[in-house]
Amino acid sequence: MSAFGLVAKRGVSPKIIRPSFNLLTNDGYSAASSFLQGHNTNITRLLSSQPHNPKVPKVATWEPASEDQLPPPAQIPADLVDKLERLALVDFRTKQGLACLEKAIRFADQLHVVDTSSVEPMDSVLEDRALNLRADAVTEGGCAEELLQLSKNTIEEYFVAPPGNIPLPTKEERASMLKHSEL
Amino acid sequence: MSASCAAASELLHNMNKQISSILYTKASCVIRRLSTSSSRCRSQPQPRAESAPQQLVGVVGLEIHAQINSNTKLFSGSSVRFTAPPNSLVSFFDASLPGTLPVLNKRCVDAAVMTGLALSCTINRMSLFDRKHYFYADLPAGYQITQQRRPIAVDGTLTYCFLGGKKRSQVIRKTVNIKQIQLEQDSGKSLHDDLRSQTLIDLNRAGVGLMELVMEPDMSCGEEAAAAVRELQLILQALGTCQGNMSEGQLRVDANVSVHKPGEPLGIRAEVKNINSVRYLARAIDYEIQRQIDILQRGGTVQNETRAYDSKSGETVPMRDKEGLQDYRFMPEPNLPPLIVYEDNASLPTGIDACQAVVVETIRKVLPELPSVKRDRLVQTYGILPEHSFTLVNEDGLVDYFEAVLKVTKMGPRKVIGWVIKELLGHLKQQDMSVSQSPISPSALAELLELQETGHISSSVAGQVFQEMWKSSGKTALQIVQELDLGLVSDTAQLHSICQKVVDSNPDEVNAIRNGNKKVLNKLMGLVQKETKGRADPVLVRAILQEKTLLKSDC
Repeated sequence: MSAFGLVAKRGVSPKIIRPSFNLLTNDGYSAASSFLQGHNTNITRLLSSQPHNPKVPKVATWEPASEDQLPPPAQIPADLVDKLERLALVDFRTKQGLACLEKAIRFADQLHVVDTSSVEPMDSVLEDRALNLRADAVTEGGCAEELLQLSKNTIEEYFVAPPGNIPLPTKEERASMLKHSEL
Repeated sequence: MSASCAAASELLHNMNKQISSILYTKASCVIRRLSTSSSRCRSQPQPRAESAPQQLVGVVGLEIHAQINSNTKLFSGSSVRFTAPPNSLVSFFDASLPGTLPVLNKRCVDAAVMTGLALSCTINRMSLFDRKHYFYADLPAGYQITQQRRPIAVDGTLTYCFLGGKKRSQVIRKTVNIKQIQLEQDSGKSLHDDLRSQTLIDLNRAGVGLMELVMEPDMSCGEEAAAAVRELQLILQALGTCQGNMSEGQLRVDANVSVHKPGEPLGIRAEVKNINSVRYLARAIDYEIQRQIDILQRGGTVQNETRAYDSKSGETVPMRDKEGLQDYRFMPEPNLPPLIVYEDNASLPTGIDACQAVVVETIRKVLPELPSVKRDRLVQTYGILPEHSFTLVNEDGLVDYFEAVLKVTKMGPRKVIGWVIKELLGHLKQQDMSVSQSPISPSALAELLELQETGHISSSVAGQVFQEMWKSSGKTALQIVQELDLGLVSDTAQLHSICQKVVDSNPDEVNAIRNGNKKVLNKLMGLVQKETKGRADPVLVRAILQEKTLLKSDC
């Protein structure tokens, strides 16, 4: 097991940003070449309009995260499974399905090892770009036929979907369902 | 609150009924007194002072979704229209096809900023977009793009008025705080086919720009909430940022209702949805407040739930959709960088395209006259009463009607306002019509008022002519006066003989006048008007009657 030992520092003062454009070109080149060569990933913020931040390592580093560094494995109560099944619209209430879920959570647990204190989370690689605004003029629409073709079921010009608002089974129903399941 | 606790508080509440009514009689609508039977508590001993009697009052907060009046949707270039064939106003983005990206409509940002300014909000220089996840077929992406973390406008106020007091003629002014205004996408529409257990989806509305306005729980009853929504509706319509038609869903109101004792923490709230008119809003809220009070007084607990208003029964009923707390799994919208607005042109960074920039100062400059300013102007310009200005502005088109009448008549505004509000609006309300549907045009009413003002008809006849004009629209006031022979009788000889008849048949009254009780003359005048069906020239009649009674006294 390994985790990203890399944290991008954000909000650094302009002083420590090297105003070198050569650096940007170099980075661009190195990223492009490593991509072409298919070697280990070289993380640079190509789309960022700021030059390369020296606090960000140029190469991703990997460290194994040992079990004792991780929080105790998550317990998944039955009603959470219930909720997840509903949200995901996927049934996984089998031993195999639950093992898969537990493994996925354990994998993500490694993120806890990364020290993110005082690091403002990043929303998007576009966050320092100006948001493009569009004029209020009609340019799209009128393609109902094309869109309806994509749907399995249609009636006249409507999409057809299963009925909404299907209520969850009651607690009792759920209990009896669990009794008969593999759990 | 546990059942026993609630029962105990009910007991206390009943015991304290007497004191509380003394304490709270003078309070305004903020503290709404309950009408509970007080017979039980009359003989109860006086409670201790610290368990000061307090009654349950309603607390109302509103969440309002206002559809932005724009040509195209919030993030796509497909048109916004209320009536169109299903799925004809849908782009690939609106249908959430993979690979499509949102492109923000500048008009929607301008509208939100303008609305924020009109409601004295702080406009956030930077605001962010987030995804709010929920699964309905009318939201095919599985999430709605909204502004959860940092909305475009925050911390505003809305000042609203309503007519209160004993005669409902007193303008009561209140303020509600606006927590925030956020930009978000509307969903499509679902048609439920219960018979075949399926849902038909029309995505024409999916992605239309909404402004969600969150009002703090500063209101206490349906009437206040209705007045606040009406004022907001007028403001949005004045700004042109939302057409505000509730029946077409351009303005949708959800009410968060709870009850508590003043000073104590807020009670558990229920959310009331499905309200599609201002009138129903007031009824739904008052019903819900009373329902919760009844539950607590019976020792029960209010459920945190979503309820729908059934306008037929006038009740709120539980909705099935929410099971416990919903987890929307908010996350930043990765496809949209932060939205930046600029204070003025000077603060624009170099190199930015001017037609791309949202500049607060520019929008502030083009803010139109807001309803509150319009009311003040009407009061100052025409010398009418504040409550009249309130009624004028509250009815769509009535201010224009009033001003159109004024332009073509010599009658003073204070007389005209009486006609417009009492006669015209009275008739319109009676038949549930809008000002634009009035069978009497402003110029026709002006002609009628002119006939009265110049002394051709009496005021009572003018009322009669108004009725005729209402029934047979198209006929002018003058035509009706001539047809029905309603012109003022100013023929002195004719009036003399009528007056003589009245004087002769009422010797007692004449004697009273002769003995100095001049007021009795009015009674005789009334009798003369009765004879002439209100058509006698009152000035002439008074002179003739005075002459005749005095003559008699001289005899």
